[in-house]
Amino acid sequence: MRLLTHNMLSSNIKGVANRFPLKIEVVKVVEKEVDFNIDFLKNMFHKVEWKALAEASRTMGYTELPETADATMLDSDDFLHKFHHALLELHLEEGALVCPETGRKFPVNKGIPNMLLHEDEV
Amino acid sequence: MLSRTAKIPLVSSHPEVYEPCDDSFALVDALLADRTNLLQHHPSICMEIGCGSGYVITSLAVMLGHEGSIPYYIATDINPHAIRVTRETMDAHGVYAELVNTDITSGLEKRLAGSVDVLVVNPPYVPTPEEEVGCEGIVSAWAGGENGRSVIDRILPAADNLLSDRGWLYMVTLTANNPSEICLEMRNKGYASRIVLQRSTEEESLHIIKFWRDSDCQLELKNLNYWTKLVRS
Repeated sequence: MRLLTHNMLSSNIKGVANRFPLKIEVVKVVEKEVDFNIDFLKNMFHKVEWKALAEASRTMGYTELPETADATMLDSDDFLHKFHHALLELHLEEGALVCPETGRKFPVNKGIPNMLLHEDEV
Repeated sequence: MLSRTAKIPLVSSHPEVYEPCDDSFALVDALLADRTNLLQHHPSICMEIGCGSGYVITSLAVMLGHEGSIPYYIATDINPHAIRVTRETMDAHGVYAELVNTDITSGLEKRLAGSVDVLVVNPPYVPTPEEEVGCEGIVSAWAGGENGRSVIDRILPAADNLLSDRGWLYMVTLTANNPSEICLEMRNKGYASRIVLQRSTEEESLHIIKFWRDSDCQLELKNLNYWTKLVRS
């Protein structure tokens, strides 16, 4: 699971107010190289919640992203490459996503988050 | 010539996962028929709800993948076996999608709202007893409840929430699902529609319908709301 997907996921438990971002519990991280695409990154920058991405990437052991970011930084090649790496190349292979309110864990196995709820959570 | 769809011998399988069948082929053929438009559309985010064997999302990635910028593909399925089989199918074709094991789009609707440029759905459309809907395993691939609409009627609002302003939805329907009623309901949400492909097999008559947000529909809707308000006040 890429951090882009982590950035798009929220806790789906019924009645929870604080759903995002899900905390990450890391068991295994893998890195997979992806073609660099500036247009895609610029497009995604506006969809991504930066703080959640920066924190998630730190949890995954990548500390190069700045705390805050704004659109002017998209002119920097260095910034774009770091953003690219954090967003697309870091994969949570094994671990869990944790609901920020309830602490309920959504397991991630073989890179696939399991967001299925139990009957009493729907 | 490069293949433009997933290759059947490379599609993985599992006893609890629906294998590519007439409906899957019809959906992929509809996407192929619209491929030129899809390429010109330059989608950033492409999504499939209910990816099953992975045949459709893999075909979409294969037919769009070789030219221009590669979009972000994401696919969901409620059946964990289907998710694993989709991963194997995609790996065998050298394409990649993010996969989430979830019910329809649960967990994604908040942050992915208004972002999906291309959404493909081959829903469980077979009319069945209501209690079969959402059963575990392969039954979830077809059991559609009354008129086959139980899951479709949950997917449509989810699709409306996820699609971007320029988003397109391609969906498989069966005559028993009452596709004209589905189109009318989507029209009331501001979508135009057209039948991309119609196919009758021995067992069923399928329509692949494409939906897109249409300013005329939305204008009409605004006027309608305006007049309704005016009449009520």
